Amino acid sequence: MDKFNKKDYKKYSDKKVPNPPYLKNMIMAFLVGGIFCTLGQIITNILKSNGLDNEMAAAGTSISMVLIGALLTGLGLYDKIGKVGGAGAAVPITGFANSIVAPAMEYKREGFIFGVAAKMFTVAGPVLVYGIGGSVIVGLITLLLR
Amino acid sequence: MIELALKKIGAQTRKMENPPSILSYYSIVGPKEGEGPLKDYFDLILEDDLWGQESWEKAESKIQEECVRYAIDKGGLSSENIDYLIAGDLINQITPSSYSARQLSIPYYGIFGACSTMTQSLSLGAMLIDGGFADYIACAVSSHFSTAERQFRFPLEYGNQRKMSAQWTVTGAGTTILSSTGNGPYVKYITTGKIIDPGITDSANMGSAMAPSAIDTLVNHFQDTGLDPSYYDLILSGDLGYVGKDILMDLMKKKGYDLSKNYTDCGVEIFDKFEQDTHAGGSGCACSAVVYNGYVFKEMAKGKYNRVLLMSTGALHSTMSTQQGESIPGIAHAVSIENTKE
Repeated sequence: MDKFNKKDYKKYSDKKVPNPPYLKNMIMAFLVGGIFCTLGQIITNILKSNGLDNEMAAAGTSISMVLIGALLTGLGLYDKIGKVGGAGAAVPITGFANSIVAPAMEYKREGFIFGVAAKMFTVAGPVLVYGIGGSVIVGLITLLLR
Repeated sequence: MIELALKKIGAQTRKMENPPSILSYYSIVGPKEGEGPLKDYFDLILEDDLWGQESWEKAESKIQEECVRYAIDKGGLSSENIDYLIAGDLINQITPSSYSARQLSIPYYGIFGACSTMTQSLSLGAMLIDGGFADYIACAVSSHFSTAERQFRFPLEYGNQRKMSAQWTVTGAGTTILSSTGNGPYVKYITTGKIIDPGITDSANMGSAMAPSAIDTLVNHFQDTGLDPSYYDLILSGDLGYVGKDILMDLMKKKGYDLSKNYTDCGVEIFDKFEQDTHAGGSGCACSAVVYNGYVFKEMAKGKYNRVLLMSTGALHSTMSTQQGESIPGIAHAVSIENTKE
């Protein structure tokens, strides 16, 4: 460490890390995310053709997609999909379900209260806090601007 | 200044007066390691990394315990003959080692050196024997992908992408039984590392965080002993991975040490990065331990290597220190092993 300082070392060591395969990752994210969204659209269409209005169909679709995400996590498949799909698997609501079910499964050994219940939101918690918090702020601004 | 420590040579190196002998050794690995390039060297490859236990932590403890038992057996001893067990692992308060020691009932020192624990244990064990405090010492470590992953990173079933600099924790355990007498190979020098913190805060880039401490230990070893890298048939670092190995070779070259012929890293050797998708390579206490106890000592017995320098490397951070934005302190301890006593 005598020859250079920490800042220079960080720059130097960053160059030693290979770049991820950006193009492949983007294509896979597009495909995986696209498949989930298409699936969601199919569910919406089915629900609508069975007489549900737009709002109810949207709610039904979200619920179904959460179920699919949770099921794929429970079957041990979602982590593999996530590895290939990246953001394409994380951003849709199925990824949100995965982020809650995965820690819930993982911490079962620590018990249902301090394990499953307490750890369930370790990954999703920040998303919920800032998502809901953000929506409250946007709501207030909208109200004031009216 | 009082200078009574006669075995002290240079600032950080100690020379064994009666070099302790490696009596026996054993390695256990998980299924993924058992598919890697070194698969033919490991003593036991598990088909299931839960090994019949109900939690990953229990499995890790069992792996370490069984590994120690097999190593003692292989040396023709029983656990009552062992004076000390010096063991460690990566999990909070090193419970896998302590639970293993609970079953073994051998006087126990639990140590934490993160992934550097194997050479830390060998160093302390060699000094205890050379100091005349013990005849037989078991040096043991373990790590488990699933226990480390859930402690340091994300839940196993969480679907995310690993960084290119991220390393894969080796599931397994390694045990070396050191003895005051025997036919070798012998522990000749130990060089204890200083903590070097190059300011890396990304816990998915441990190779960069540990490389400067490995360089410091190597340079001190060569300065203290007056040896040249070419003296060794093999110089092995613990788990610098591809990123850290590259940095180490590059910066050592700038310091005038050529490591191009006889140096490699256990984290690079244990997995096939193309076939096994392990990004920057293996890591964990067991990464260096299973390579030493599986590959190196077996090849030394065959005579492929006569003089090796083993240097496990550790990243001494915790999940809390990382979350608080603290940088990662690196450490590396070197132990030289030779087939001949003189």
